[in-house]
Amino acid sequence: MRLSRIAQNLALEVRSAAGHLDTDVRGGYASDLMSDVMANAEEGYLWVTLQTHVNIVAVAAMKELAGIILINGREPEKETAEKAEEKNIPILVSGLPAFELIGRLYDLGIPGLRADAEDS
Amino acid sequence: MDLHVHTCLSPCADLSMVPRTIVERARQTGLDAVGICDHNSAANVQAVHEAGEEAGIGVIAGMEVTTAEEIHLLALFESEKKLGQFADLVRDHLPGVNNPELFGDQIVVGKNGDPVSLEESLLIGATDFGVSRTVKEIHRLGGLAIASHVDRQTFSILSQLGFIPIELDLDGVELSHHAGPEEHYQLRSLPVVRSSDAHFPEEIGSTFTTFFVEEATVAEIRMALAAREGRKIL
Repeated sequence: MRLSRIAQNLALEVRSAAGHLDTDVRGGYASDLMSDVMANAEEGYLWVTLQTHVNIVAVAAMKELAGIILINGREPEKETAEKAEEKNIPILVSGLPAFELIGRLYDLGIPGLRADAEDS
Repeated sequence: MDLHVHTCLSPCADLSMVPRTIVERARQTGLDAVGICDHNSAANVQAVHEAGEEAGIGVIAGMEVTTAEEIHLLALFESEKKLGQFADLVRDHLPGVNNPELFGDQIVVGKNGDPVSLEESLLIGATDFGVSRTVKEIHRLGGLAIASHVDRQTFSILSQLGFIPIELDLDGVELSHHAGPEEHYQLRSLPVVRSSDAHFPEEIGSTFTTFFVEEATVAEIRMALAAREGRKIL
């Protein structure tokens, strides 16, 4: 599913790289430890986090993530939004807490790393 | 010097971590100085300083502050006055009230270990200052900012942020007693200190850093970290 459609469906507000929402989201990963995201997230995944430090942009760029969703009404730091704009990393914000937001992403059909997990 | 020692003010530290015990243990283990770095408070530094003067142990005025990203930073200051100004700032940006049954007691003590008061702030919590802002505030007050136990999987700049931001003006990084050789970590060539992060008396001095300096002051430590004017870390 395209990131633009997810943004529309979940009423996400775009804070950077608005011209790069045409990308295909292959899955989702949620974590607030960047060391964990670097180890586990996959290319084309959408990252759900509450971290707003500028390092999230570098992590997303390195892992070639589709974008970042900040939860619970958190806003990117100024430097973070600027860097994300420069690196073409979409940052979107949601007023929902992580649990609710991720539930809705699942409802839209966005899989996690182990799409089969719910059957086992 | 062992720059990272907690007192009974830190909710997670042993209640036996009172001033005389700390400086006595420091003396026994051959330290010249200890850095007193409680979580998000500096209320016991003066008492340890007084005990240290009597025992001939230098006391560096410090705090282990928790940033919004839940990164622990050691903030070391030249004077208790500067530390006090930093502590006031931290207090205004640290939400929550402690629950001793859940997190532990936070006891402000006098030189002899006599309880003076209970600190009510949630010292185990995090400030709402991001790491960049925190380092700036430490520097504004003339202090040193050293990232705590960067080798650990929790509350370390590497665990929380994945890598040390290139723009972040840290004065050094700390490795804990668990750490391997420093080349195992991505430390951006920052100066490395090792300290005990002692929460119990027997841990004091178990890990330490040897500084080649004139005296145990922040000004001298600053020169040693930068390897300036003949000062250095051995």
